[in-house]
Amino acid sequence: MIDVTQLRKTYRVHQREPGLKAALRSLLRRPTEEVRAVDGISFHIGDGERVGFLGPNGAGKTTTLKMLAGLLHPSAGTVAVDGFRPQERQRAFLKTITLVMGQKQQLLWDLPPSETFLLNRALYDVPETEFRETLGELTQLLELQSLVSKPTRQLSLGERMKCELAAALLHRPKVLFLDEPTIGLDVAMQAVVRDFIRAYNERFGATVLLTSHDMDDVAALCPRVIVIDHGRLIWDGALEDLVKKVQPHKQIRLRLSRPVDASDLARLGRVVEHTATAVALQVPQSELQAVVAQVLSALPLVDLTVEDPPLEEVMRDLFAGAVPDAGAAPAQGAA
Amino acid sequence: MRDPRGDTTGALRHALRALPALLHTGFASVLAYRAEILIWMFATNMPLVMLALWSAVARSGPVAGYTPDAFTAYYLATLLVRLLTGCWVVYELTMEIRQGTLAMRLLRPIHPLLAHAAENAAATPVRLLVCTPLIAVFVYTSHRAVTHDWLLWLLVPVAIAGAWLIIFGVMAIVGTLALFVESAMGLFQLWLGLSGVLSGYLVPLDLFPARVRDLANVLPFRFTLSYPVELMLGRLDRAHALQLLGAQWAYVALFFAGTMLLWRKGMQRFGAFGG
Repeated sequence: MIDVTQLRKTYRVHQREPGLKAALRSLLRRPTEEVRAVDGISFHIGDGERVGFLGPNGAGKTTTLKMLAGLLHPSAGTVAVDGFRPQERQRAFLKTITLVMGQKQQLLWDLPPSETFLLNRALYDVPETEFRETLGELTQLLELQSLVSKPTRQLSLGERMKCELAAALLHRPKVLFLDEPTIGLDVAMQAVVRDFIRAYNERFGATVLLTSHDMDDVAALCPRVIVIDHGRLIWDGALEDLVKKVQPHKQIRLRLSRPVDASDLARLGRVVEHTATAVALQVPQSELQAVVAQVLSALPLVDLTVEDPPLEEVMRDLFAGAVPDAGAAPAQGAA
Repeated sequence: MRDPRGDTTGALRHALRALPALLHTGFASVLAYRAEILIWMFATNMPLVMLALWSAVARSGPVAGYTPDAFTAYYLATLLVRLLTGCWVVYELTMEIRQGTLAMRLLRPIHPLLAHAAENAAATPVRLLVCTPLIAVFVYTSHRAVTHDWLLWLLVPVAIAGAWLIIFGVMAIVGTLALFVESAMGLFQLWLGLSGVLSGYLVPLDLFPARVRDLANVLPFRFTLSYPVELMLGRLDRAHALQLLGAQWAYVALFFAGTMLLWRKGMQRFGAFGG
């Protein structure tokens, strides 16, 4: 569905120091710098996959997404989405995709979202019956009933995001590019949106490429992740494999009936948290079974849970270069 | 890989199908800002100022054949055409390019300029409604000065449409230049300045020296205002009127082609900045 080969995007950016002298100098001479926003990335995403596209700020995620959506022309390399060259922006291609950006909107600002829905129906040639059915589903799922008749400018950020999502999916696109889709939503609505995206993917077989700084989005939706940093691809594979590679540990959370000495805990593993009766230990995956057995026999245990390390910590370590060889060969991808 | 040549006929048919919805939302947006459009229309009062000026001058004798009544007819017709051909795409397009919000238009399967054209054109019914008192005054004061040739009156709406399309085309070109330079609004101000003089907005082209008049007669500015006014006031015979109609729509085609070419080049440079 999505094929990217040695994709590059460079910008020429003007440089200027602050101050009046610098402003006057820039009239005659404007130094420029070449910025490689995307620097030779390659990947393939199959039909129906849900893939997280992660990276620190300025890594090149949104630039890549925009090239896939046809908003930007690549500087080099090739990109194909459902057999189309996105930069040609053929009508059939634009009807196949949707791009939802948390910080931009397509809703008509001065009119109710219902007007945007009607406009999109005409622009995307959505048959009336399908439009009513899809709109009904979206309205119910995203709780839009009281929102669609208010002018967009009078909606809160979270309310606007829900309506944006509805507007973006009315034409039942085959490929969803989602750039921070849950930004500004409350916890309950974030869960609703995630469930909706998963259900949409499963029902229509749509391919989903999601960028998000919210690791809950990634954990809930993306079995596979592509990680990009400084414009380069540093990981492409299953999320659980990434976690194992970057932080090959498990966290054991203990609730104890009485305080335990720190030295007793240190023998079991690395103590990450230690209050009177709550402890978190970090242990290598390979030693998990043995440590759990020791905990069960040696400690005054009330409750025990075993967790993967928080994704936020995994990504932090990955971006900090804490794992020098974290990059995997491009994977076939997991559905 | 899909055939990149595309389907021009299909695109045109799609655009025609989508046009009613685009006009509907454009009209609805204009109604949301009805106070602003009224203020803009009342602020377009330069022809009335020039009318007062030239009427005073003509009281002591006609100026190049223009009596006070002739000036009244001329400037009321000018005001009418100016109000009906108003357009604001250059401001919107420049802002959208600078802020990156053009991206959202580019994601839709309709050319952004077509969408802009529909939104701008959708204001016409409101403009017409607001112009109704002006039309009544024009008919009352100048019914003797206007043409009684039905063919010329048939050409008037076509000429006004052509005028609007040229203005839109120029604005679209200047707006698209924002893809190439930091800001092209200076260029638009230059166009406005030249247009004020060479379109007949400030002074009837008849009043210019011969050389200036000959130049103004062939430049596109005339076709954005003076030409429809000349039709309404019967200052052209049929043959000349039709000839000039051809010239006007040749300019429409020229600006359309220029806009499309510039847009295609500009899209390769679009940075979609702003997140």
